[in-house]
Amino acid sequence: MRLSTTVNGSTRTDDVEPRLLLAHYLRDVCGLKGTNIGCDTTSCGACTVHVDGESVKSCTVLAVQTDGSDVTTVEGLAATRPGPDGMHPVQAAFRAEHGLQCGFCTPGMVMATAGLLAENPKPTEREVREALEGNLCRCTGYHNIVRAALAAAESMAASE
Amino acid sequence: MTTVDLPRGSILGTRVQRLEDPEFLTSGAVYTDDVVDERLTGAVWVTFVRASVAHATIASIDASAALAADGCVGVITADDLADVPAQAPMMPIFPAGMAQPLLATGRVRYVGEPVAAVLTDDRYLGEDIAELVEIDYAPLPVVVDPIDSAEDETLLFPELGTNVVCSRPAEVDGDIFAGCPVVVTGTILNQRVAVAPLEVRAAAAAWGADDRLTAWVPNQGAQGTQASLAGMLGLPVSQVRIITPAVGGAFGAKVGADPEAAVVGWIARRIGRPARWVETRSENMVAMTHGRAQVQTVTVGGDRDGRVRAYRLHVLQDSGAYPRYGAMLPTLTLLMAPGVYDIDRLELSYTSVATNTTPVGAYRGAGRPEATAAIERAMDMFAAEIGLDPAVVRRRNLLPPFTEPITSKGGAAYDSGDYAMALDTVLAAADYDALRREQALRRERGDIIQLGIGVSVYVEITGGGGEAGASKENATVQVHADGTATILTGTSPHGQGHSTVWAMLASEELGIPMDKITVRWGDTDLVPEGGGTGGSRSLQQGGAAVRQAARELVDVARARAADRLEVSPDDLEVDHANAGLTVRGVPGTGVTFAELAADEPLLVRSVFRAPGATYPFGAHVAVAEVDVETGRAELTRLIALDDAGVVVNPLIAEGQRHGGLAQGAAQALLEEIRFDEDGNPITTTFADYPIVSATEVPSFELVTTETPTTYNPLGAKGIGEAGSIGSTPAVQNAVIDAVAHLGVRHIDMPTSSMRVWSAIRAASEGTEH
Repeated sequence: MRLSTTVNGSTRTDDVEPRLLLAHYLRDVCGLKGTNIGCDTTSCGACTVHVDGESVKSCTVLAVQTDGSDVTTVEGLAATRPGPDGMHPVQAAFRAEHGLQCGFCTPGMVMATAGLLAENPKPTEREVREALEGNLCRCTGYHNIVRAALAAAESMAASE
Repeated sequence: MTTVDLPRGSILGTRVQRLEDPEFLTSGAVYTDDVVDERLTGAVWVTFVRASVAHATIASIDASAALAADGCVGVITADDLADVPAQAPMMPIFPAGMAQPLLATGRVRYVGEPVAAVLTDDRYLGEDIAELVEIDYAPLPVVVDPIDSAEDETLLFPELGTNVVCSRPAEVDGDIFAGCPVVVTGTILNQRVAVAPLEVRAAAAAWGADDRLTAWVPNQGAQGTQASLAGMLGLPVSQVRIITPAVGGAFGAKVGADPEAAVVGWIARRIGRPARWVETRSENMVAMTHGRAQVQTVTVGGDRDGRVRAYRLHVLQDSGAYPRYGAMLPTLTLLMAPGVYDIDRLELSYTSVATNTTPVGAYRGAGRPEATAAIERAMDMFAAEIGLDPAVVRRRNLLPPFTEPITSKGGAAYDSGDYAMALDTVLAAADYDALRREQALRRERGDIIQLGIGVSVYVEITGGGGEAGASKENATVQVHADGTATILTGTSPHGQGHSTVWAMLASEELGIPMDKITVRWGDTDLVPEGGGTGGSRSLQQGGAAVRQAARELVDVARARAADRLEVSPDDLEVDHANAGLTVRGVPGTGVTFAELAADEPLLVRSVFRAPGATYPFGAHVAVAEVDVETGRAELTRLIALDDAGVVVNPLIAEGQRHGGLAQGAAQALLEEIRFDEDGNPITTTFADYPIVSATEVPSFELVTTETPTTYNPLGAKGIGEAGSIGSTPAVQNAVIDAVAHLGVRHIDMPTSSMRVWSAIRAASEGTEH
C-alpha cells in the first residue's frame, strides 16, 4: 500500500505492506532506530512517538493508519522546540535529573513526557506518575523520571 | 592494603551529568537490533521454535511444511548440530548431564526451551513459518515445585537418578537452640521473579574471511560472553570476537551467553551468511533466566530480652530445568546469612534442585537479597514472639562498629561497617517514633487503612568476582596528539554511567576535559581481558584501575618530559589547566601530554588488584498503608540509608539506589513468575506479569553516609545492588506490620491483596494460613 506521511518534518511516500507496524516502519523503512520495541502487548511504551501531536505506542498502530499524518520521533523532537544545548527541554531535563540509565525506555519516556506536558503544562507528581504508568523503566525506579518531568514543566513555563 | 586518597575540592564527589546522555536522548543508543554494519548485510533472520510443553520426549519434528513455505531458508534442529560438542556444565560442581543442549535433544524440560530454529529472509515471515514446524511430543510427568522435586519421584534426568544439582549439609554439633527460651520457626518463600530488562535478548553474527565468528550480543562482559559462546560452539576463544552494542538493561541475566546466541553463531558459519535474532517479550519471559526462586526454612532462637543466640537457615533453591548461576545462589545466601548480627550459633545448609521450569540465574543482588530477606523476616518473627519493637531487637543484636576487617560467623571477611549508626540514622530520618504513634492511633480507632512500618538492616558483598575470577580489573589510558584521550576498560556498562565516571577519574589526574575523553569497552579485539560488570564491582576495581593507569601515565610522561625539558623528573608537576607537566611552581613552562604523544605513543595499561570483596551496608524503613477490608497494600514511603563507602558521582550513585529500591519493592509487593501444575507459564507478557510501574512506588527518601573501605584507593564499595537488598524485606515487613495487630505473623511475597486478605482472615479465624 502507498503511504504518505510527514516524519520529523520531512514528507515521504513509501510502498508498505498493510500489516507493517508503525514502529517497524520508522525503524526499518525510515531508518529511525531511536524508537525501541520492548514488548508485544502495548504495555511498555518504549515505542512511544507522536502522531499529529498525540503520544501513541507505535507497536500497536499500523503504518498505513498514519497516512496523511505528522509523525514525530525522538530524533525529531528537539527540532520542535530546540534549547540552547540542541535538546528539547524534556530531553535536557532528563539529562539534568539523571532520568535515564540504560536508555532503552528513554525515547518512549521522553516522548510520553513531552506529550503529557503539551496537554498538562503544570502536572503534579501524582499526575506525572499516572500519565507515565504505561511507560515501563527497569533502571531508574521512576524517581528521577518524575523529577525530570516536573523540572521540564518548570523550565518550559519559564521560557514561554 | 591501600589507604583512601580521594582529594576533595575536585570534580570527584560532584554531580556530573552523564556524557553519554545527549546521544541516548536525541537519537537513541545503538542496541543490538539497531546495529547497521556491512558485515551483517543480507543477514538471515532466525526465529526459534520453543517447547510448548514442560516435560516430554520429542517423538518427531516435521519441518516439511515450513521448508516448503515461501521465504524459508532452512530449519535447524538438534540433529543438524552434530558437530557441536556436548555442552559442559556451567559450574564444575554441577552434574555434566544437566547442561542445556543448544537445541532440545530428544527431550524438552521447560516451556520455552528452544527446539528448532527457522531461517527466513524476512523478519515477519519468521513468526509465520515457525508455526508450520510440527513437533510431536510424548508427555512426561512434570515437576514444578522444588519441594516436590527434592522427593526425586519425577526425574528430569533419569540417568542421573536425582534432581539435586548441588547441596551443602549443615555442619553443627548438637542442637544449636539448646538453652534458648524462645524459638520461632517459619517457611519463607523468596519467589521467582522476571529479570525483565527493557531490551530483550538478541544476537547478530557473521563468519568472516578471517575464519572467525564476529558476534554482536548484549552482555555484561564481552570476555565472559566470548568464553561462553566459544565453549558452547567448541571453538577456541581466539576464533570468537564479541562486539558489545549498547545494552538495554541486564541486572545479572546478560552475563555470559545463552544457547540461542550460540545457535545464531553456528548458523552464520554453517550457511555462510550473517544471521540475526531478536526475541519477543513473550519469549524473554519464558526463556531468559529468572531470579530468586528460593524456599527458605528459618528458625531463630534467643532470650526474652531480645538477644538472638542461634539461627538456622535451610535454602531450597529452584534451579529451573538446567542449572545456571541460579543453582549457586545459595552459596552467597549462606555466606551472608547472619547479615549484620552477632549470633553465636549458626546452622546453614542448602539444596539446589532441577524443576520443569525456566532456568534461574542472577538477578540484582543474586543470593544476597535472599539472605537479607530471610534474616530480616526472622528478626521480625522473633520480635513479634517476645512482644518487642523490631527496631529494638535489631539494635540489641548488631555487630559493633569496625574499621579493620572482621570475619563473620557466616565466613565472610567484612571490611568496614557501622550498622548501629545506619539503623539509628535511618530511624531518625524516618521519624520512627512518630510513625509508631500514628500506627497506634489508627489501631486504637480501628481504621480501615492501617499503617505498617518495616525495618531492615543489611550488609552485602560486592566486587567478589572479577577478571578471571580474581578481584582485579584492567584499564588502558592513552593520550593522543590532538589532546583527546581514550580509556579502554574491562568493565562493561549497561546503564551505570561508566563513560562519565571513568572520564571524571582520568580528567582529575590529567587535566584533560571530560568531553575529550572517550571510554571504550566490549570489543574483545580491543579489550581482550576483563571481568565485565556484575556483582557491583565496576567502580571499586575498574574505576580504581582507570585512576591507577592515569597516574602511571603521568609517571611515563614525567620521565619523557624531563628528558625533553632537561630538568629533573622531580621538578615536574601536573599542570591541570594545560593538560600536561610543568616545572614546579612555574605554570606554562612545560609540555602538554598531547605534545609528548605526538613524539611517541603515550599510553599505559594497568591492572588494579583488590585485596578482596567489600561489604556495603545500610538500613531501610518502609511505610505501607494496608486496607484491612480488601487486603490492598500501598507503599507510601521508603527511607533508605545506603553506605557504599566514598561516592564519586552522587547523581549516578543515587540513580543506582533508586532502581534497586524499586526492584526490591516490586518483589515485595507485586512481581511473581507463576506456572500452573503442568508447568505452563502464566505470566508471559507485561500484561500478565505485574512489572512495577510509576504509580506503584513513591519518590524515595535517601540518606547517605560514607564509610570508606581500605580495599581500594577510591574508598568505594559497590552500589548497584544495595537498593534491592535492603528494600525487599523492609517493604514486606511493613505490609505484615500493618496487620500484625490482627494476629498475622507472616505473609509471603508478593504481598498481593489476595495474600494479605487471606492472612487477615486466617488470623481472625485462628487458623494457619
